[in-house]
Amino acid sequence: MISNDEIVQKYLRRNMMPTILCAGCGNGIVLNSTLRAIDELGKDIEKMVFVSGIGCSSRLNSYIKADGLHTTHGRSIAFATGIKAGNPELDVVVFTGDGDCAGIGGNHFIHGIRRNIDLTVIALNNYNYGMTGGQASPTTPNECYTTTTQYESFEYPFDLSKLAMAAGAPYVARWTMAHPLQLIKSIKRGLEVKGFSFIEVLTSCPTSFWRRNKIRDTESIYKWYKENTVNVKKAEKETDKIVIGELQMLDKREWTEQWGEIVKRVSK
Amino acid sequence: MDVYEVLGPEEQFIQGDKACVYGALIAGCSFFAGYPITPATEISEEMSKLLPKLNGVFLQMEDEIASMGAIIGASWTGRKTLTATSGPGFSLMQENIGYAVMTETPCVIVDVQRGGPSTGQPTMPSQGDVMQARYGSHGDYEIIALCPSTVQETLDLTIRAFNLSEKYRVPVIILMEESVGHMREKIKIPQNVLEVKRDMVDISYDYYKPFRTGYMHATKIPEFAPFGSGYKTFITGLTHNEDGFPASNSVKTHSELVKRLSEKITENIDDIFYSDCKYLEYAEIVVISYGIAARPSLAAVKMAQQSEKNVGFINLNTLWPFNYEFITEISRKIEKFIVVEMNMGMMYHKVREAVEGRCDVVPLSVVGGRVPTPKEIIELIK
Repeated sequence: MISNDEIVQKYLRRNMMPTILCAGCGNGIVLNSTLRAIDELGKDIEKMVFVSGIGCSSRLNSYIKADGLHTTHGRSIAFATGIKAGNPELDVVVFTGDGDCAGIGGNHFIHGIRRNIDLTVIALNNYNYGMTGGQASPTTPNECYTTTTQYESFEYPFDLSKLAMAAGAPYVARWTMAHPLQLIKSIKRGLEVKGFSFIEVLTSCPTSFWRRNKIRDTESIYKWYKENTVNVKKAEKETDKIVIGELQMLDKREWTEQWGEIVKRVSK
Repeated sequence: MDVYEVLGPEEQFIQGDKACVYGALIAGCSFFAGYPITPATEISEEMSKLLPKLNGVFLQMEDEIASMGAIIGASWTGRKTLTATSGPGFSLMQENIGYAVMTETPCVIVDVQRGGPSTGQPTMPSQGDVMQARYGSHGDYEIIALCPSTVQETLDLTIRAFNLSEKYRVPVIILMEESVGHMREKIKIPQNVLEVKRDMVDISYDYYKPFRTGYMHATKIPEFAPFGSGYKTFITGLTHNEDGFPASNSVKTHSELVKRLSEKITENIDDIFYSDCKYLEYAEIVVISYGIAARPSLAAVKMAQQSEKNVGFINLNTLWPFNYEFITEISRKIEKFIVVEMNMGMMYHKVREAVEGRCDVVPLSVVGGRVPTPKEIIELIK
């Protein structure tokens, strides 16, 4: 297995260090896992583009020594669609967050899936708008304190993976920051799937979210994730725990492939 | 297939919206993303028919925000890209238009104007978006906007829009009105068209900086490295340094960047600005107009050639950047400008600003979805 030092040498922009991420933030684990997945697959990073929106999650691509597009809030999947359709030879990875993906970008999220264009979308779900100081997001669970739910949250949260499944994503997986090895495997699978792959990672925001919700150290966040998640293979039908694992695999035709066929047919 | 083969006979009787598609394809556009909206839908429809024949890409997106995002993304793969919309969709595009300005992404946006605000008059012409084209996105910036009066001009100016966008790495907006978009006229497809392409990077990986200017060329326009070309370019809408990396807390970086983005346009106004002028030499009164409103204006000016006063005519084909010097020079020699437009008076204010009281400036502002008549323009000339 490639060492962390080698990861840094091979894939990261040293001049961008240190990152903007807080101590105890899970986003670094997702970046590390993504790069390991790419390395294990032997991907040519020069033929990859990393696209992102706005938020802490969306800063990850600035650290990768590769082509990157840091777009407007919520719109990363729309920009990425243009890149992939414009040059299908490129592998396009999207980093997004819960607010970016399901709040302001919800429409692009479901339509990207419906269109089934070949993107690997990695959504870092930290249950709040961390960069702006911890406001409630579309995934904030009930009875949580955030800076905009000062008397507890009560709106029903979105389940990002279920949304992706319902919209018809050919590959959906959910892991947490406490499951890096499984996450690497899923990102590899996502990169290999020809179509829209959605990988949700439950991460942490110790500074803005957990601190206000009674977990004040990073170790306890890991413990919480270990105790409150269950793998889909072992999960019973009715469970209070968060179901993780590979949640959906469908065989579907991909957009650029189908468009290519139309071009072939009519450009004769 | 060759583009001329796809477009068919050299002379055709077609709609303005279709002429816009023809111009785009002749200019080398190979990517379109859009969302249906009256009166611009015909552009999408025609693109979906013709682009696959030319090995291009057509995408119908979920909204205009996504359309704008997709054409920016595709532009970074090196393609020439287009989207088309009308007022409500143009409003939705504004944030990403600002992103294209900030990231110096070539792309062309067509706004076939209808009556606003809001849903307004979907099937009626208006020139209510001319200020939005210039100032619609937040922050300081300069942009290029062209305005055709005829179906032939729509075709020609669309080619020009792509060329300017490629050359200056800035979004270029084509402002049509419903009337020009839906009107049918005879066009002649131009042959041997000059096709401008963005300045591509021609330097080793180690020396390339995506937003450095004045290094390889004396211009204020950086060289372009498309995604996948090995240059590992990072592009952000945040204030960025020459390397492309965020430097959003730096007063120096931000002021230098914002000034350069504006200056690359304003300093080249002689190259960018084009207007159709008639009878200006001895003019005492000048009728200034643009788009469909320029046609009754010219008719009125022609009718007035027998009157006591000498009447001149300007069709502002290039609305933005506004050419202050050009208007100022004319204002020194004349008594009166009549600004004919289909809004409550938008370019009227710009003309006044350039005139600075040297002559009269009289607006003829027509709203409601109709085109001004030569008769009401002549009333003001008298």
